[in-house]
Amino acid sequence: MKVVAKRPESLYYKKFHYCPGCTHGIIHRIIAECIDEMELREKTIGVCPVGCGVLAYEYFNCDMLEAAHGRAPAIATGIKRMLQDNFVFTYQGDGDLASIGMAEIVHASARGENITVIFINNTIYGMTGGQMAPTTLIGQVTTTSPYGRRPELTGYPIRMAELLATNEGSAYICRTSVHNPAHVLKTKKAIKKAIQTQMEKKGFSMVEILSTCPTNWGMNPIEALERVEREMIPYFPLGEFKVKE
Amino acid sequence: MEKVLMKGNEALAEGALRAGCKAYFGYPITPSSEIAEYMARKLPDSDGVFLQAESEIAAINMVYGAASTGARVMTASSGPGISLKQEGISYIAEAELPCLIINISRGGPGLGGIQPAQSDYFQATRGGGHGDYHVMVLAPASVQEMMDFAIEGFELADKYRIPVMIMAEGTLGQMMEPIILREPVTKFYDKPWATTGCKGRKPNVITTLHLPPEELEQRNKHLKNKYDEIKSKEKRAEAFMVEDAELVLVAFGLMSRVAKKAVIEARKNGIKAGLIRPITLWPFPDQHIIEAAETAKIFVSLEINMGQMVEDIKLALNGRAKADFYGRIGVIPNPEEITKVVFGIAEREGL
Repeated sequence: MKVVAKRPESLYYKKFHYCPGCTHGIIHRIIAECIDEMELREKTIGVCPVGCGVLAYEYFNCDMLEAAHGRAPAIATGIKRMLQDNFVFTYQGDGDLASIGMAEIVHASARGENITVIFINNTIYGMTGGQMAPTTLIGQVTTTSPYGRRPELTGYPIRMAELLATNEGSAYICRTSVHNPAHVLKTKKAIKKAIQTQMEKKGFSMVEILSTCPTNWGMNPIEALERVEREMIPYFPLGEFKVKE
Repeated sequence: MEKVLMKGNEALAEGALRAGCKAYFGYPITPSSEIAEYMARKLPDSDGVFLQAESEIAAINMVYGAASTGARVMTASSGPGISLKQEGISYIAEAELPCLIINISRGGPGLGGIQPAQSDYFQATRGGGHGDYHVMVLAPASVQEMMDFAIEGFELADKYRIPVMIMAEGTLGQMMEPIILREPVTKFYDKPWATTGCKGRKPNVITTLHLPPEELEQRNKHLKNKYDEIKSKEKRAEAFMVEDAELVLVAFGLMSRVAKKAVIEARKNGIKAGLIRPITLWPFPDQHIIEAAETAKIFVSLEINMGQMVEDIKLALNGRAKADFYGRIGVIPNPEEITKVVFGIAEREGL
């Protein structure tokens, strides 16, 4: 009998704490599948963010660390510099990576730090209860932009993939989405490419993944997936922004 | 044994290398930068890692990451930079990652100046960041001790899984003295907790998040037990002429060398003076103070700040004797100035 589908070994058999309709679970799973398929589990060291992903170390069946808010790329740098043949990744949300951790991510990329960053962009602070993020779209209502994000007060959402693609040290930068099965598969492919980039010591790699937060968006799971396609992709276009050969 | 003339900051860096330091992460700041520069020159020779970080915050987090692999790693800075590192130090203390943190201290608050100071005493001895924790703090008083304490600092860090801070006045970092180059004897420290990839074992997790209240309290109790053990075993001080002393000066770092001269002058003039020089600032050597209080009527804390260690002296004394304070900042007083202070206090107290 041939096994055609199974739980990835790199993920514990454990219930996620994520809200219904949130895409963290899907992304955890495809990261784990990539680690399994590339036979890297025993060489992997992951660094979790502060945010909804803070407990990711409860799910990944490999060595894991928990970072201070925004500092995961610096911690990953410290690890990778000591263990150059291991696979080191960070898992970060938009508040963590694009706000408080902006310096750490930009410089990790500029240095060509040989790490892989999985960046979850859901345009909101999830864990703290739905505040405005640096990626919050114009007009989007959050608890700290109750009248909708107004550019004259709080400027514009940051496009991290495009920004980091300008750094010479970036070897692979891609933005994907997980709002339907076809895009889940594309995301998995991108993650694999990012991991490959690191294992070939080409430099910094990041996959930005457009993600949902039905709870804090005030939507049901279907509406949330629809919002990704309708509102987010037009502002955050999908695709590869940097591929170093 | 080889004797060489070395600058304090370089002696410290050389000591760290001899202790097997494998990585240095830092950000430039006067008067500590020679440590980074020395490491940048020397670490590549021993397959080590030198990395100038984009900020003090990044540097301490790189230390967090590198220390988590079990390697001996360090960072160095000065007051304003140490303040920025406090977030990371709190995490490192709770994650129990051994590492060495150097504060070649200067005067504050704010940007302050680059002159020598001991005004980071509270910050160093009270933990410094958020939460209930301590780092071990060693205060060298000579260039030789800059080297020796770097070696010893790594040993203590590994032994207790604690961040160890060496706090030295900027002057000590900048001045040159002849020193003996030490050959450290390093024990092997097994680090089964290190995150190095889980080949052949269960995955390791390094986290400082403890959401269940029982777990959080248990963690804090665990840390307290460790701190109590360190307090019972590692308090260190140098006592000079305290056996019959009625007036005891208390000073650490370079200030202790000035104080020693004042003690000698006072003794020449019939004043029964003595000196206690705390070597570990945390844990504070309170037992030395308590023992000296059997003969001493007054303790005078000499500091290069506006009066910080004097509080620890009062806590140690707990009413056993009087405590007074004299301090300057940005300036190390000369022996004549301190002698005059001692004479004044002796006269006032009828000693």
